[in-house]
Amino acid sequence: MISLTVNGAAQSVDADPDTPLLYVLRDELGLNGAKFGCGLGQCGACTVLVDDRPAFSCLLPIAALAGRKVRTIESLGTPDRPGALAAAFEAEQAAQCGYCIAGMIMRAQALLERNNRPTEAELRVSLAPNLCRCGTHMRILRAVRRAAAAMGGGVQESSR
Amino acid sequence: MNGLTRRSLLAKSGLVVVFASSGAAGAQEPEESANLPGDLDKYPFLDSWIRIDPKGRITVFTGKAELGQGLRTALMQIAADELEVSPASIELIMADTGRTPDEGITAGSHSMQNSGMAILNAAANVRVLLTDAAAWRFASSVDQIELQDGMAYGPGGLRLGYGDLAAGFSLHVMAKPDVPRRSKGRRLIGENVPRVDIPAKVNGGSAYVQDIRAANMLHARVVRGPSDGTQLKPADIDAVAKMPGVEKVVQDGRFMAVLAAKEWHAVKALRRLQAAGWERRDTPLPSIDLCDVIRKSPARDIPIFGYPGPPAPADARIVKARYSRPCLMHGSIGPSCAVALWENGNLIVWTHSQGVSPLRKSLAEFVRLPLERVHCIHVEGSGCYGHNGADDVAADAALAARAVPGRPVRMQWMREQEHGWEPLGSAMVVELQGALGRDGRIAGWRHDVWSNAHNGRPINAGGLLAGAELEPPFAPQKPQPIPMPEGGGDRNANPIYALPNASGTHHFVERAPLRVSALRSLGAHMNVFAIESFMDEMAHAANADPVDFRLIHLQDSRAREVVEAAANRFGWKRRVKGRPGRGYGFGFARYKNLGAYCALAMEIMIEPDSGTIEVRRVVAAVDSGEAVSPDGIRNQIEGAIVQSLSWTQMEAVTFDASHRTSFDWSAYPIVRFPSVPVSIEVNVIDRPGEPFLGTGEAGQGPAAAALANAITDAIGHRLRDMPLTSERIRAALRS
Repeated sequence: MISLTVNGAAQSVDADPDTPLLYVLRDELGLNGAKFGCGLGQCGACTVLVDDRPAFSCLLPIAALAGRKVRTIESLGTPDRPGALAAAFEAEQAAQCGYCIAGMIMRAQALLERNNRPTEAELRVSLAPNLCRCGTHMRILRAVRRAAAAMGGGVQESSR
Repeated sequence: MNGLTRRSLLAKSGLVVVFASSGAAGAQEPEESANLPGDLDKYPFLDSWIRIDPKGRITVFTGKAELGQGLRTALMQIAADELEVSPASIELIMADTGRTPDEGITAGSHSMQNSGMAILNAAANVRVLLTDAAAWRFASSVDQIELQDGMAYGPGGLRLGYGDLAAGFSLHVMAKPDVPRRSKGRRLIGENVPRVDIPAKVNGGSAYVQDIRAANMLHARVVRGPSDGTQLKPADIDAVAKMPGVEKVVQDGRFMAVLAAKEWHAVKALRRLQAAGWERRDTPLPSIDLCDVIRKSPARDIPIFGYPGPPAPADARIVKARYSRPCLMHGSIGPSCAVALWENGNLIVWTHSQGVSPLRKSLAEFVRLPLERVHCIHVEGSGCYGHNGADDVAADAALAARAVPGRPVRMQWMREQEHGWEPLGSAMVVELQGALGRDGRIAGWRHDVWSNAHNGRPINAGGLLAGAELEPPFAPQKPQPIPMPEGGGDRNANPIYALPNASGTHHFVERAPLRVSALRSLGAHMNVFAIESFMDEMAHAANADPVDFRLIHLQDSRAREVVEAAANRFGWKRRVKGRPGRGYGFGFARYKNLGAYCALAMEIMIEPDSGTIEVRRVVAAVDSGEAVSPDGIRNQIEGAIVQSLSWTQMEAVTFDASHRTSFDWSAYPIVRFPSVPVSIEVNVIDRPGEPFLGTGEAGQGPAAAALANAITDAIGHRLRDMPLTSERIRAALRS
């Protein structure tokens, strides 16, 4: 059994120590947010926060997580009580297939917790590890800008 | 059938399984044509589309699927509008072979045209029946009846719910063709109703087939070589079967899958089997450019169009150009996945296939079951943009599930399997020749397009990847062209401009070195790229403004309005020409000349040392007929523009003699946030009363052409071979 802390709760899971966190979140803990996209850290669909920093859960073996805090999108809100980012994504209708969105929200959450007044260029660079194939980028950017404002900050125009 | 067992088995995942076929809408046979709108013509009985239970609960059925395009909400909106209820009060059942009409494949931007128009007219019929029933029950005239929120109101405070009314008549009646739409009150069609699928998707709810977790479920991985045309070398299967957690290694001919209770154990078993190495099975892949191969291959020549006119005058200026596109990938962010259950000689598959009915038929042949024993239920997956691995993984799941009756099997492809095995969008070549008269008008036009097939979707077991792996194998489906006016490789090759003395030929190349099938917009991306690039080349030869040049050749009034709207909103006439590195481009098409109209103008900056393109501003105008959800249309067009810019600017499937080398996102990069446009504005031109036109594929061609035209404007040199990369821009600037 391996112990880890997910969304503030101590969990003990029966899994091989080399099991990537993603499979434990999805299959052992029943959390849907983090998605399997590539297993290679190239697409960001599996993004969660580990000690407040964005991480590719598809690459992180659970043995490396002792004493570290894992947060997933499920910790930010529910459809009935969405968090600031989810509410902004709903307001902007910022999804098509939506498969990438949970990862996008977690990466944006990490950015806004660190700096809720990023420049537009900083915002785009910070989301760069996450892929979207539907081309929802413009709406995702609008949603993060909206959430930044709702969280007391805002995205600043970059000088071009 | 023990439905209860299965229901409790799967209840944990929120799925309810209904295996009844009697009384199901999908079980009704299509009827002879009655000239009804959309797919109502194939399924004219109202209860194929709409049912009202005694409690007044409304269920609407569609054979089309939600793919992230917002269809679920749009169809609920249409039904709710005519039935005068809130969209939230409607339950919509989508693409389920046990319950819904067979509307074929959710593709070709047909869902709003075929299913939307059917549901609109079925709902109008049901509204009339409810009104008539209320008038009869209240002994009043129909003029005195008001319907609102599931209640019928009559004179003197009389009221009855839809459930009470519907209990008194049958919806198993044929639709009437000329029932008018509701004319009074606030309309829901045209409102930006928030999509009902988005809350779960942005809060980590269960939304995808990948999220199904049934009790007693096994995780499966299929075992294959690195790409189509390859196979693995023999491995020590006994050793793998003994690996920790491995429940079973399923083998059938060359097909192999590993099953385990824990997903990671299945992945580790797969990796062990792959470590044995691989070899090419098919003939080696060509060592020269794929476009040249297709251009020079034996082809079936199919005339596309021919417009009469006098021969071009002897002094006409002749312009010629050749354009090309490499193979492109769908590149779903989530690799394909399916869940299958084999129980009591029945097969149920939860699938993100775009065509549950053709898949059902293919699977029945594939696993040798009678059709009525196979049930396919659509559950959303990651966006597919055409025929990706969805159908193949459903077959893989079915074979694995057959080996463990009674246990649900979740089959998940790995990233390199999606990249390596998904059917690609064909490489294509277009050659155009035009004659420009002294009056500045086009006096002749010739379009030749070479392409592999754009439709390899399964219609039988031979259309499934694993069909070739069984022993004996199923014969592969023979590649077929799609006839015009829809077209495949020739989709949108027929110019919308009014041109004399014009003709075109589709050179259909059956033999495809790489596995190909339907990729969003099929040949339209390439044909519109070529035609709209060539219109700019002709305009340049005529010394005319590109937008003016299009307008003098455009007679369709809706087309003209879309072109003018995009140009005006962009400020096309006010653009400042000649600033270093800056370029402006325009592109326009009506999808298939049957669907939505889309025009767009683009402003780019090119950094001369690196050749890097920055897309500063895109302004689009779109006419999708009557706009059900203007924001839904904007979302689709924004997505089409960004996706097409990625295709056009940076994507190309690579390969060597033995296999595809585009095996992941490092080897097949797509656009990332720092490179998407600074702004995109989409203007929707609403056409109340006009038929709905699908929107999902309208923007890809115009966006590709506008980019090519903007690059030419910026650097004074035209790039005609996709992808329009910074390397090619640098090379052009050096020359």
